[in-house]
Amino acid sequence: MKRAGFDSRWLPILLLLPQLSIIAIFFYWPAVQALRSSFYLEDPFGFGATFVGLENYLRLFRSSEYLKNAWFTVIFSVSVTFLSLAIALLLAVKADKVIRGAKTYRTLLMWVYAVAPPVAGFITLIMFNQRWGPLTNFFELFGWDFRVRLNYNDTAIAMIIASVWKQIPVNFIFFLSGLQSIPRNVVEASMIDNRSSVSRFWTITFPLLAPTGFFLLITNITYSLFDTFGTIDTILRNNPGDNPVTLVYRVYLDGFRGQDIGGSSAQSVVLMVLVLLLTVFQFRLVERRIHYN
Amino acid sequence: MTNLKKSAVLAALALGLSTTTAFAQTEINWWHGMGGHLGDVVNQIATDFNASQDDYVITPVFKGSYEETLTAAIAAFRAGEQPNVVQVFDAGAATVMGAAGATIPVQDLLQDNGVDFNIEDYIAGVRYFYADTEGKMIGMPFNSSSPVLYYNMDALTAAGFDAPPATYEEFEAMAPALKEAGYIPLVQTHLPWEFVENFHSRHNLPFATNDNGYEGADGTEILINSPEMTMHFTKVKEWLDADLFGFFGTGWDDNQAHFNDGDAAMYIGSSGDFGGLTAAELPFEWASTYLPYWESITAEGYQTFIGGASLFAMAGHSDEENAATAAFFEYLTSPDVQYMWHRETGYVPITTAAYELAKEDGHYERSPAAETAIQQLSLQAGENTRGYRMGFYVQIRDVQNRELARFLNGETTIEDALATIETEGNELLSRFAQTQQ
Repeated sequence: MKRAGFDSRWLPILLLLPQLSIIAIFFYWPAVQALRSSFYLEDPFGFGATFVGLENYLRLFRSSEYLKNAWFTVIFSVSVTFLSLAIALLLAVKADKVIRGAKTYRTLLMWVYAVAPPVAGFITLIMFNQRWGPLTNFFELFGWDFRVRLNYNDTAIAMIIASVWKQIPVNFIFFLSGLQSIPRNVVEASMIDNRSSVSRFWTITFPLLAPTGFFLLITNITYSLFDTFGTIDTILRNNPGDNPVTLVYRVYLDGFRGQDIGGSSAQSVVLMVLVLLLTVFQFRLVERRIHYN
Repeated sequence: MTNLKKSAVLAALALGLSTTTAFAQTEINWWHGMGGHLGDVVNQIATDFNASQDDYVITPVFKGSYEETLTAAIAAFRAGEQPNVVQVFDAGAATVMGAAGATIPVQDLLQDNGVDFNIEDYIAGVRYFYADTEGKMIGMPFNSSSPVLYYNMDALTAAGFDAPPATYEEFEAMAPALKEAGYIPLVQTHLPWEFVENFHSRHNLPFATNDNGYEGADGTEILINSPEMTMHFTKVKEWLDADLFGFFGTGWDDNQAHFNDGDAAMYIGSSGDFGGLTAAELPFEWASTYLPYWESITAEGYQTFIGGASLFAMAGHSDEENAATAAFFEYLTSPDVQYMWHRETGYVPITTAAYELAKEDGHYERSPAAETAIQQLSLQAGENTRGYRMGFYVQIRDVQNRELARFLNGETTIEDALATIETEGNELLSRFAQTQQ
């Protein structure tokens, strides 16, 4: 078999160049800079930098606060990912069965997608306002004295609710189109074999949705780690106090607010390594178990 | 994109309008973090300055919060694109002042450009907060405020009192009656600023070694783990548990809202809240008085120091531009402008002349609360009343907020909280000292 190829050696390079330069300028170059900065203690204005070796890293792992932030980030990401996937899947399965008014129903469910993260955070602050928030009042009916921005757990719950709410529509769209692409004959055949819709879902629909689910799993983990920044920032308003902080938000607090360039660079590198490990893990272990048609 | 174009066109128009002589005007820019009403007053000052003379044009640019303004200025400096004037807030002062080559000391700038400068013209509490070891003024105090006690007169009357407490002992005696009358007796709005930093100044207690950090970053250690701090916060927690004090997190507005809503009888806030409280037209009589102190620590309270922010002239500009900056600073510190700023915002006038002008004009007869801070800043001075100078102080404040909130939320003891602030604070200070070598 003859391989299709280019006549000139330069043409493919030329075609790749825009993409490669974008990656180089916006990813590799800053990444290398961050790596370099993470070994220095630097004056914010750039008058001088002292090489400190691994000190910026060691300091992080000595800090019980950093480890606490890391642990919160794990809990936060797992909760946000799981809840937004599970709720979106439930809604998609139900929406798939709706016949009358299906379009209106779906549009309404997708609406929230258009809300920007800071706006989502702001809405959360209004809903959970300490004195007159409708949800605060609602929780009070059950004797729960909900205090966002004061109580660590309450703030964490508000952050998770806001982030999940914001992410459901995207997952919903993907799950719904995933469901609609399952061949009708497979569904009909399974209906003859099995009367229970619940077990039909777990044995037929769910495995066939797995490729969509895997894609969403990755995007949702990335979302919960990084894209929730705007929501969290609006809730904390630059003043974490005794409230939970994710690792990404901490990079911002130390680097942008605190001018500690070395320390925040080290944190960014830690995050980069974590994401790298996560990606390898996902593609190596999870993807193998997924059946693509 | 269209927004950018629109603002470019507007800027061009504005320049065209303000340009009476089309040549030889020196343009300078001023980055600041004053939004809302404060931003309007800043723009007014710039417009008035441009109209007052033909040689210079200043353009104020709003850069977001204090932190964002500082970060933007630092990034711009590293790229060689720094503004002529930048507003830096109290907690960021050490970072900027530590970088000697980044700014021109305001005192040098004014003197080199033939402007009379006498540090004695500035009111006592303002004078040395932004000065170096030798007492040379590096940053020009701009929006200066100090923590004061605001009280709801109706609430005090309802509880049978005709005056606010001067000391925390008096507050303790009054609090149960205020609670009985259905009020939260007291809330604060900024733990580090009101209960830690100015607490030290009000009682003339050292807050850091090396003369509160003014002698240099090297070896400076925070002195927060003291019997006085332990006593104060233990008391605050007792009040909180007995509903004699309200704590609604480390956010400013979350706490102040209770005063504005009429739930809290008193709150410790900034003298700069004056403008906002007046504009809010609260449905009750209110006034302000000095920040309380503990009589058990000092028989008479000392002065507090200024918070808020100052203006720094950034280095790396031409002599013409620096002359323009000097002219702007001269204009800004003139009594009329200072009085206008003081009247519109509630920030203290920074010079004695402006204070006298406000008095002559009868400003304090019309609104007595406007005078509280300036009087408090002029109370007796001590060796620890000038403020503090600590690097990475933004993070140290975060640690204070975190640990003190934890203590008030009942998650830790005051001993552990203060010890943690001391350990983490000292680690940050020594890191900062390393960046300064």
